[in-house]
Amino acid sequence: MKDGVNGVALAVFIFFFLAVTVMGFLASRWRRADGEQTLDEWGLGGRSFGTWVTWFLLGGDLYTAYTFVAVPAAIYAAGAAGFFAVPYTILVYPLIFTFLPRLWSVSHKHGYVTTSDFVRGRFGSKGLSLAVAVTGILATMPYIALQLVGIQAVLDVMGVGGGEDTNWFVKDLPLLIAFGVLAAYTYSSGLRAPALIAFVKDTLIYIVIAVAIIYIPIKLGGFDEIFAKAGEAYNQTNPATGAPRGSLVPGEAGQWTYATLALGSALALFMYPHSITATLSSRSREVIRRNTTILPLYSLMLGLLALLGFMAIAAGIKVENGQLAIPQLFETMFPDWFAGVAFAAIGIGALVPAAIMSIAAANLFTRNIYKDFIKPDATPAQETKVSKLVSLLVKVGALVFVLTMDKTVAINFQLLGGIWILQTFPALVGGLFTRWFHRWALLAGWAVGMLYGTLAAYGVASPSQKHFGGSSKEIPGIGEIGYIGLTAFVLNVVVTVVLTFVLKAVNAPDGVDETSAEDYTADAGDKGVQVDLPPATAGTAGH
Amino acid sequence: MSETPDVPRAPEGEPPVVTPVRVVIALCLIAPFVAMLWVGSYAKVDPTFIGIPFFYWYQMLWVLISTALTMTAFTLWNREQRARKAARQAQNGGASA
Repeated sequence: MKDGVNGVALAVFIFFFLAVTVMGFLASRWRRADGEQTLDEWGLGGRSFGTWVTWFLLGGDLYTAYTFVAVPAAIYAAGAAGFFAVPYTILVYPLIFTFLPRLWSVSHKHGYVTTSDFVRGRFGSKGLSLAVAVTGILATMPYIALQLVGIQAVLDVMGVGGGEDTNWFVKDLPLLIAFGVLAAYTYSSGLRAPALIAFVKDTLIYIVIAVAIIYIPIKLGGFDEIFAKAGEAYNQTNPATGAPRGSLVPGEAGQWTYATLALGSALALFMYPHSITATLSSRSREVIRRNTTILPLYSLMLGLLALLGFMAIAAGIKVENGQLAIPQLFETMFPDWFAGVAFAAIGIGALVPAAIMSIAAANLFTRNIYKDFIKPDATPAQETKVSKLVSLLVKVGALVFVLTMDKTVAINFQLLGGIWILQTFPALVGGLFTRWFHRWALLAGWAVGMLYGTLAAYGVASPSQKHFGGSSKEIPGIGEIGYIGLTAFVLNVVVTVVLTFVLKAVNAPDGVDETSAEDYTADAGDKGVQVDLPPATAGTAGH
Repeated sequence: MSETPDVPRAPEGEPPVVTPVRVVIALCLIAPFVAMLWVGSYAKVDPTFIGIPFFYWYQMLWVLISTALTMTAFTLWNREQRARKAARQAQNGGASA
């Protein structure tokens, strides 16, 4: 790492940061309906986004700064195993093609803002809805914290606030400023802020990747050379484990892990509240389906980005903290000004998802805890107010988390979050297609999945950690090593199905279903489905 | 809507739930799962492509293949839905169609 501050890179970084800050505040005027204070307006951007805005928003939301840092970092550390992120994002789109339009339709018809709203409406169970809401909030919090870790990695490499000897306030000041600004414009503009900023973020990311994937291999002597050096590095024995550091292709033993991680993560992705928030903000059913055909462009980018992990090895980057490998590669290979652009891409890449995640968590709290349990007669204006405040609290919580605890704690919780959120799949996706499952069985299945997942993850040790050392473990009954989340999910489904049979046999009371079959295929413009488009004259799109 | 659907017409009652078009749509959506979860089929270094091991370029190629498949499913589905809507309208005394 270079000593001192990289002035040019920092100046470029600050320039982009200021630009998106201005955009974030101006966003509140973008395509706004007439000063309405409702959760639909603040928390879902008026449900008005078309294909391209949704594409940028979802892309900006799902492919986070942490992804950009962590995926190549995993490749840098162990090779092939880290590449599972690519099949994972390949599988997501055919999967959501089948169920997301149904969720959009039923949510539009009944004014649902969160997944828990739907679960409550479908199964008539506040308990089940609360379980889904709490799981969503718990899984989202560490995810927001990890966005901060992404920004920190970039700041460290630029030489800002990274030194151990500076006092904590100076050290964390840049991060505090970044998050203060983020919190302020999310508060005032709601989902419109990240939607607008996502344009900048993704444009920067695409430019950086395109340049990196051509420029760096030329400087390093081509892909042959890169993979030859990486292969050598993986063959060397890791003193901590006594085994090779990694491999270029997964061996027999690693293939189950690879496949189950890809499948489990794909199933989990659209259970996350922030994915759903971005989805429900779109204008029509068609927008969602069309997006499943254009979002894979991001997967291609992710694949290219993952290759940077090999380049970091070939370029001789040596870092103790793997998270720094890619920022360090950029600083070593690029001229200072372009390194600044790359760092800005990662930094802004953290702001967009962090904003959406905090909005999503706030919506869950407001709709499914505050309104359902604390103040059932809350007006839309009150709902919006609570949501805005909670979005602030959530971010402060994440900040405290990152500043006071070790980074590994955030990573551990993020790992658990993925396992947890997958346990809401039967209630949500099951509910979209059938009402056969019994609400109590779903709740029991969820509880079993959560419990097993947490305990199993607790029991995984790694050379550096006694607990939560990884996300895969032997699958009981099969004997192969697989993703814990997926095993927990299977258990969850089995318990749900068995108990549904039992509960139906003893005639346990069903909840009231407020949805009907046609609700799931309704589209904008159909009878009873509001078209929430602002009038054509209002709010010209400024960008 | 006066277009003639190119899928077999089902003039009486509801059209069947499983149709050849829907089977094709399902296959388009399932294929990526089979290809990607069968890790053993692509866990190898050779043949390389501009120096990139097979394992990596093959999966990236599948990003494109699965995109094409999802697009196909999307187009077929839209066409089928339009046809069904037209058929329904024609049935309900389609003077307005």
